[in-house]
Amino acid sequence: MTRPFELSDPVRARQLADAIAILAPPTLVKIVHVCGTHEMAITQNGLRRFLPDKVEVLEGPGCPVCVTPTADIDAVVQIAEAGAIICTFGDMTRVPGTRLTLEQARSKGCDIRVVLSTAEAVNIARETDREVVFFAVGFETTTPMTAAILLDDPPKNFSVLVSHKKIPEAMAILLDLPGTNISGYLAPGHVSTIIGLAPYEQHLGKFNIPIVVGGFEPLDILYSVALILRQIRDGKGFVENGFPRAVADKGNMAAQILIETVFESTEVQWRGIGAIPDSGYRLRQEFAQFDARERFHIEGETGDEKIPGCRCADVLTARATPADCPLFGTRCTPLSPVGPCMVGTEGACSIWFRYGGRERP
Amino acid sequence: MTQSNDRISPLHGAGGEVMGKLLAEHVLPHFAKSSVGRIDLSAMDDGATIQLPTVGELVMTTDSHVVKPIFFPGGDIGTLAAAGTLNDLAVMGAKPLALSLAVIIEEDFLISDIDRIVQSFADTLAGSEATLICGDTKVMGRGEIDGIAINTTGIGIADPAIGDAGALPGDVIIVTGTMGDHGMALLAAREEFRLETELVSDVASVWPMIRSVLPIGGIRAMKDPTRGGLAAALNEMARKSGTTIEMNQSDIPIRGAVQGLSDLLGISPLEVANEGKAVLIVDPASANQILETLRRHPLGRDAAIIGRVGTEYPGRVVVTTTVGGRRFLDMPLGDPVPRIC
Repeated sequence: MTRPFELSDPVRARQLADAIAILAPPTLVKIVHVCGTHEMAITQNGLRRFLPDKVEVLEGPGCPVCVTPTADIDAVVQIAEAGAIICTFGDMTRVPGTRLTLEQARSKGCDIRVVLSTAEAVNIARETDREVVFFAVGFETTTPMTAAILLDDPPKNFSVLVSHKKIPEAMAILLDLPGTNISGYLAPGHVSTIIGLAPYEQHLGKFNIPIVVGGFEPLDILYSVALILRQIRDGKGFVENGFPRAVADKGNMAAQILIETVFESTEVQWRGIGAIPDSGYRLRQEFAQFDARERFHIEGETGDEKIPGCRCADVLTARATPADCPLFGTRCTPLSPVGPCMVGTEGACSIWFRYGGRERP
Repeated sequence: MTQSNDRISPLHGAGGEVMGKLLAEHVLPHFAKSSVGRIDLSAMDDGATIQLPTVGELVMTTDSHVVKPIFFPGGDIGTLAAAGTLNDLAVMGAKPLALSLAVIIEEDFLISDIDRIVQSFADTLAGSEATLICGDTKVMGRGEIDGIAINTTGIGIADPAIGDAGALPGDVIIVTGTMGDHGMALLAAREEFRLETELVSDVASVWPMIRSVLPIGGIRAMKDPTRGGLAAALNEMARKSGTTIEMNQSDIPIRGAVQGLSDLLGISPLEVANEGKAVLIVDPASANQILETLRRHPLGRDAAIIGRVGTEYPGRVVVTTTVGGRRFLDMPLGDPVPRIC
């Protein structure tokens, strides 16, 4: 047995699949989740096999690496070339910038280090006199870690290039884009443990579509899909907690206070989507001394996001599956990725390629 | 007498007195039995001789070992080098006969660490029927190599040798124990993770266990699921035989701690190395006897039937997941990277 059995119980899964089949309307239903961990769980467990043909589940802008814009990569490369040590998470190093990936910058002599936490970057800063910059990516799950570090008196040679993003704002923008046709959202359980339910209500309430916060075990996901379909059947559209064993409606207040203390909302660029108002964070004035953009005089430029032939923008906005892209599995594989959705290990293309998501046995 | 903080110097690799003393004091004493022919290890000649067997075929394998960290929970690079080569022979159905040991060491490496590594190598060898008969030592300058690298070549006798391409539809797939232990133990032990776990590498020579099932017969294909783990081994076996490997996720033995770390890092236990396990594809008529015999051996306690060979998707591996889904399990791409969130 490889997982908590009660959450992968095949008998209950079958029962949920039966319920899903009864609840599903005869028309096409497009459920979008926004989380690499959800896609990983769905693909690795072969969960699409439990869904009727007319119920699709797609990954939207759920991979923090994938949605990080070219301009942020360019900024970090520029800082690296100025001689600072760059610390970041593993697959960020392979995301294409305008000129270089961080990996290519490293092969040209820049000091790029892969860390697993913000704390590790601070430890590196404490052991050197050189400038150390943490490239802070991720959604509300990683933002509190960055905030906690900045409140814990980091060394003077430490700074942060903030690229943290907020999920509910992006979910709302997606609904306004042409051609997305989203019937309901499977909202990310771990982000929701931090932010609770209110931000979804605030940003998505006016759209009147089902939004169900879901966990990550196979039965959690099937259950949440059933809840979404039940709302559709009943003509409803509200925020529902399908993961109450981990998510409190109010979220994690301590983490929210950390974020509020250190950051303020700002408009940021999302790769594949463009600028979204208030969908990201910048450091508050009191923490400006730790802002790598100021320390290294980075201007707010925008890089060229377009890669010929690559449909990442459509995959990130849930307008295409990875298999719809002509480059998928041919010119674009995890070993030589063309677009960011194949670079990020949480990108839909990478997950589909690695875990057999393109075909269903 | 060697002091505990003595270190390797370029002279230790120069072939003169200093090297001779290193070998005499730190290597040779570990290997009491040194002969499988007229000229043996203790002769320190340019080569050693092997008395040819009268039946069967000779199997030869070679493997180079680098590992980070060099000492890890459950073993070290010495254990790994010996077990790696012994296991490559064992899964060919070959009784290990003779091994070589070639070591490249970085200048300043602690000689006391060499002692530990050679001791581990000797201990692992002692459990098999093989003998170390020749070796080599080189020293490289500081920064020219990361600590130590070991190459071992092994020769064994099989009657007949078992390849990894012989799976037939209807055959049964057996693993000799829990999957992912070595890879996950090493990931946990890596400095950057700073994780405290009870994970221990499974590194061991599987020959004594494999020896016990060879006489039963019916083993069509065998492999040790090292780099790339079970996923790589099964994909290779499916491709080479043109069959489909069908397995059940819930039948694959995986330790709770291994699964836990796997969930934490987002790295599949089926894609990381095992160093004391084998995958056997066997005739269904022999499957139960082979399974029972494996389970009687301490290394095979957790042996399990995990699936069958089919024909639906030639060259592919299909997994029925615990929850009842189904998916392809493909060849892993390279070293797994931990995920962000």
